[in-house]
Amino acid sequence: MTVTDSASTSSVPGGRLGLLPRRDAVLRMSEVRAAELADSPIEGENDQTMLVNMGPQHPSTHGVLRLMLEMDGETIRRSKPVIGYLHTGMEKTGESLTFLQGPTNVTRMDYASPLFTELAFSMATERLLGIEVPERAVWIRMLMTELNRVSSHLLFMATNGMDLGAVSMMIYGWREREEVLRFFEIVTGLRMNHNYIRPGGVAADLPDGWRGEVERLLTMIPPRLEEYDVLMTGQPIWRGRLQGVGVFSAEEALALSATGPVLRSTGIPWDLRRDEPYLAYDQVEFDVVVGSYGDAFDRYAIRLNEIRESLRIIEQILDKMPKGDYRVGDAKVTPPPRARIDESMEALIHHFKIFTEGFKVPAGEAYAAVESPRGELGCYLVSDGSPKPYRMHIRGPSFVNLQSLPHMMANGMLADGVAIISSVDPIMGEVDR
Amino acid sequence: MSEPATSEAEIGPGPMAFGCPRTDSLGDVVIHPDRERWQAVATELLADGFTMCIDLTAVDYLTYAAPRALPAGVQPERFEVVASFMNQERRERVRARIQVPADDPRMASLYELFPGSDFMEREVFDMFGVVFEGHPDLSRILMPETWEGHPLRKDYGIGSIPVQFKGAPGPR
Repeated sequence: MTVTDSASTSSVPGGRLGLLPRRDAVLRMSEVRAAELADSPIEGENDQTMLVNMGPQHPSTHGVLRLMLEMDGETIRRSKPVIGYLHTGMEKTGESLTFLQGPTNVTRMDYASPLFTELAFSMATERLLGIEVPERAVWIRMLMTELNRVSSHLLFMATNGMDLGAVSMMIYGWREREEVLRFFEIVTGLRMNHNYIRPGGVAADLPDGWRGEVERLLTMIPPRLEEYDVLMTGQPIWRGRLQGVGVFSAEEALALSATGPVLRSTGIPWDLRRDEPYLAYDQVEFDVVVGSYGDAFDRYAIRLNEIRESLRIIEQILDKMPKGDYRVGDAKVTPPPRARIDESMEALIHHFKIFTEGFKVPAGEAYAAVESPRGELGCYLVSDGSPKPYRMHIRGPSFVNLQSLPHMMANGMLADGVAIISSVDPIMGEVDR
Repeated sequence: MSEPATSEAEIGPGPMAFGCPRTDSLGDVVIHPDRERWQAVATELLADGFTMCIDLTAVDYLTYAAPRALPAGVQPERFEVVASFMNQERRERVRARIQVPADDPRMASLYELFPGSDFMEREVFDMFGVVFEGHPDLSRILMPETWEGHPLRKDYGIGSIPVQFKGAPGPR
């Protein structure tokens, strides 16, 4: 029994639907139609498939992902991700916030890696402003985002373990992640939703003793990763649950615009940090981890090893962290230091203008992309010369990667479906925005 | 395909890429394809190694305060669909900006050439009401199926919910 290859070939010359052998596994059905089907009578022996809802309230759907599944017994024939349960119109909200307030909004999208959204937004704003951030700010941004990648992947380790029944892994993953978040709290004041990376630099310099804290993380995490290897990587049950599950080919990944570990698991070494270096990634050494089978195990192993690569980058950042200012000296963009306000009228005016009206950004459009733990995170900004973005769009990697789910889950078991959702690691805040 | 040639003859040809006027936006290559030629341009992009449609979104220029910076021969319209493509071999990106008029907001879908545009086109349809012809399932994606209106249009109000404070007297 197969659901593939029944659609006619593509009508557009050069069309690439032929690269997607499992495209019929995408269920295209409205709520109304699904409700009608529920009331229809069973038509004898051949009426074997059944529509089942999984989510939005399901422990392994990472929040509020809902899947409409067409089940044939325990086998998933077709599926449709139904999203939007967390949609709060953040792109619309972004149009009524100034460029300075913007990071408070976007940081709430991908709540597992908030600093990356702040970074993409700030980089797009800086492109429009035409300003270069100081060296130290660049390296602080790198340090913070790499630590964020570690904490985000640790969260993946925890939830992936939990989804597959390794419940103790959930506790271990959260435990290590909490250590990283504790460092974020020291630096930014908050565990999550930091609003730390802002247009023009970062909100505050690293506090005294930051180096010791980072070194503590660098010595603490690697042995714990070895423990994960013992607990999961080499374990036959773990391998049995993940290997060969949710296999995805490189052609499919490229055609479906997948990025991040989902793309790299298929063997394509594409990482914006290496291929379109931003910040100072051209000055540090690291490896791009790729898989070879494109299955859920590869996606797990890539993330585990990316933690190690991130720690390697952080070690180099510790050596190379320059001295200097942590935000740009432009008084039109950067609020003056508190002490200056008491002595300088101009500083007072600038402070007042920045926090009431906001700074004006030249008219134009810009796109900036960073490699978030889930793939390419882009920010497209259109400014009409006012202090608020005319249009603010975030290209969420989770949102785009989610379209590959029906392809990966086609003709697999329901229990494997859980492993596959987990291996794509969608963050619903960013999917729905 | 022949009608842009006359306008170019008058103004003088600007830089071209993939048969469309080409501009430069802060270092990014931006092309301005005609709505009717969109599928042909996308085919050319694909043939040139731009294998991935990395982003597709739209902008509603209804209340844009600044002058629109568009090359000669491109008629500004209310909606602009913005699509980014990536060539991983050459590590290049191209951004296409397509003008879509408000009274006839429809254009060809990229689904068959770039199947990854599926969700993104659905989002643009949901948020802006631009219809992509040839999309297999152009339905709302973030808003409920029964929703009316397109929230990211500039004439769609933000709305507000009155805040009730405890003990405060009511409006009447």
